[in-house]
Amino acid sequence: MTALSRESALPATGAGVERAESARSTPSVRRPREDRVKISHLLFVLPALLFFAVFALLPLVGVVALSFTTWNGIGAIEFTGLTSWIEALGRSSTWNGLGLVLLMIVATWLLQTPMSILLGAFLAGPQRYRNVLAILYFLPLLLSSAAIAITFKSLLDPNFGLANGLDMPLLKQNWLGDSVLVWVVLLFIISWQFIPFHTLIYQGAVRQIPRSMYEAAEIDGAGRVRQFFSITLPQLKYTLITSSTLMVVGALTYFDIIFVLTQGGPGAATRILPLDMYLTGFRGNEMGVASALAVMLVVLGLGLALGVQRLGGKDSAASQMEGA
Amino acid sequence: MRNISLTRRGMLGATAGLSALTLGACGTSGPGGAGGGGGGDSASYWALSGEPNETIYGDAVNAFNEGDSGQVEVTFFQNDAYKQKIRTAIGAGEAPTIIYGWGGGGLRTYAEESQVLDVTSWLEENADYKNRFVESVWDAATVDDKIYALPQGATQPIILFHNKKVLGDIGAEAPETWEDLLGVVEKAKSAGIAPISLAGQSRWTSMMWLEYLLDRVGGPEVFAKIAAGDKEAWLDDAVLAMGEKVHELLEIKAFADGFESMAADSNTDQALLWTDQAALMLHGGWTFGSMKASGGEFVPSGNLGFGPFPTIEGGAGELKNLVGNPCNYLSLSSAAADEEIEVAKAFLQDGAMSDQVASDLIAAGSVPVIVGQDEALAASEDAEYLQWVYSSIQEAPAFTQSWDQALQPTDAETLLVNTEQLFLGAITAEQFAENMSTGKGA
Repeated sequence: MTALSRESALPATGAGVERAESARSTPSVRRPREDRVKISHLLFVLPALLFFAVFALLPLVGVVALSFTTWNGIGAIEFTGLTSWIEALGRSSTWNGLGLVLLMIVATWLLQTPMSILLGAFLAGPQRYRNVLAILYFLPLLLSSAAIAITFKSLLDPNFGLANGLDMPLLKQNWLGDSVLVWVVLLFIISWQFIPFHTLIYQGAVRQIPRSMYEAAEIDGAGRVRQFFSITLPQLKYTLITSSTLMVVGALTYFDIIFVLTQGGPGAATRILPLDMYLTGFRGNEMGVASALAVMLVVLGLGLALGVQRLGGKDSAASQMEGA
Repeated sequence: MRNISLTRRGMLGATAGLSALTLGACGTSGPGGAGGGGGGDSASYWALSGEPNETIYGDAVNAFNEGDSGQVEVTFFQNDAYKQKIRTAIGAGEAPTIIYGWGGGGLRTYAEESQVLDVTSWLEENADYKNRFVESVWDAATVDDKIYALPQGATQPIILFHNKKVLGDIGAEAPETWEDLLGVVEKAKSAGIAPISLAGQSRWTSMMWLEYLLDRVGGPEVFAKIAAGDKEAWLDDAVLAMGEKVHELLEIKAFADGFESMAADSNTDQALLWTDQAALMLHGGWTFGSMKASGGEFVPSGNLGFGPFPTIEGGAGELKNLVGNPCNYLSLSSAAADEEIEVAKAFLQDGAMSDQVASDLIAAGSVPVIVGQDEALAASEDAEYLQWVYSSIQEAPAFTQSWDQALQPTDAETLLVNTEQLFLGAITAEQFAENMSTGKGA
């Protein structure tokens, strides 16, 4: 019993990881102990698993079931087989939304990743002024999406916004009413809000890179640029995968900002799939169709997340650290 | 090593999945919230936030609660958020005792699913209460000859407001015909002023133009057919003419630059009018109160002009026909307990539209839907406007309910989607008519 409780305390610490690894390296000797480790693992996972089942799996089952029904939100739920699916797949707005959400994923990734890596590498330096800058950069992270969207909506108002306040006619544009400009605005705001988060991840990762690598490179005569491309970037490979996973799945769920800022407009120019799902369900009161869209989103999200993980190779979580 | 890497990957996958699943969960578990509750002799009541209504009805609830007929717990919500929240709450059996609404198609869906109480016989027993209201309010509260909602608040026709100072400066007058209107647009443009203020992003704002255009071209009968469920009526020639008039306005850039970016909830469309940056604005009567509250000297100095929507030559609709909201409505939830309903009925009779509420509404610049207000309206500081609204309503040959409220919610959403497309110039009048007749949305 004492052995079990000692074991079960271990995985929370770094020692637990080592223990599990060593257990694996000599399986024939340590097998009984490994079994106990598994039971304790299960105990630890149990609360999270329960939450996951109640708040994620159960609603998901409900959504899948609803996608085979027709329901207006308040009346009787009628089982109608594939009707909702056929409608969901036959609507142009579904494909428009899917295209837009993929565009959103690609565009936000291309914009955020280089900026975050550069900022992260810059902020990882030990200089005091960089710490001050870091605090400034992280400010948007503290604001809620709804607050950000409302603020930007006021700033971008064509008559009473920033253009008027600063007396700069150039800023008087149809920001939210032009189907191209609105994307510029959205990508800017999303980047402004989320680059700080990814910068934080990269900053931590860059600080983990052993100094000795840079010292060796310096001895070999590598300049700062060369060091960045030959040491920093390769060492960030797995951080890149983590960050990309979060970005890709995040892009699938951008909803609040767009909902407040444009409601999917002008027309359907920013009606990305998650927003389309919401508007179909709660404005159009077509819960069956909306559920079918939700199932599509779940599948898309899981597929993309696993796909990005795959990109990192089989051992994506293996450390590249020296000595590990 | 393999073991751990699997776990971590699984974790990441799970995290990713969770985020996606949370979205999925929206489909079933909408906002539940503080409804339902109550118990004992108290009733819950959801109302709309924003002044002056929040103060007026908040005071009415407080005054009622000081008596001994029970307690009413009121919660205020923002307009657009409320529309979605209330439906989810009703569907989940979490509705408040007193449900605020707009009558028409939305009320019909509640009534058909027996989510709200039939109050016809209660009104017969309480004829005094029923007779306090002007006759025109009952239509939108009636579903298949039964009354499911009780009138509340003020009557809100859509009015063509104008800025008298701006019109004077550019040498124009309030338009009474379509040609007049085009003339004002022309003059305003050459003076560098926005001809028409419109918060196009909100969609229902653009819809108000359609409502009047269709009435003036084809008369009130066209939409009456549509509201009665005849989708083929969207293919009427009058609908095409209406859509072409919109394109005509778009071509001459009649709406303020960037109108597609403006939203009504920030009231910037009204601000454009009271800062002398726009000549005309078609809007609900409720904006009189908010322009009075926010516009400084604009309303008191008499610069806010108001009038009927212009007639169109050869069109069937009369100048005096109105569109808009007859009033707001309160329904009783069929999910509420008997004690809650008792309290709610007492509140409806003595609190919701008390004499105090009526005089507060007049002071805020609106016409309450209660008979015998002539003297009070004449004595008000906004007498000119209020008496004009009051007589317009009484003289109107037809008062068409706002389309998005008259239609079933799903059709209303289709309408708003297509209205936006029409005003963006993304679809033609023919496409609009066809989309509406087939129910094609975004």
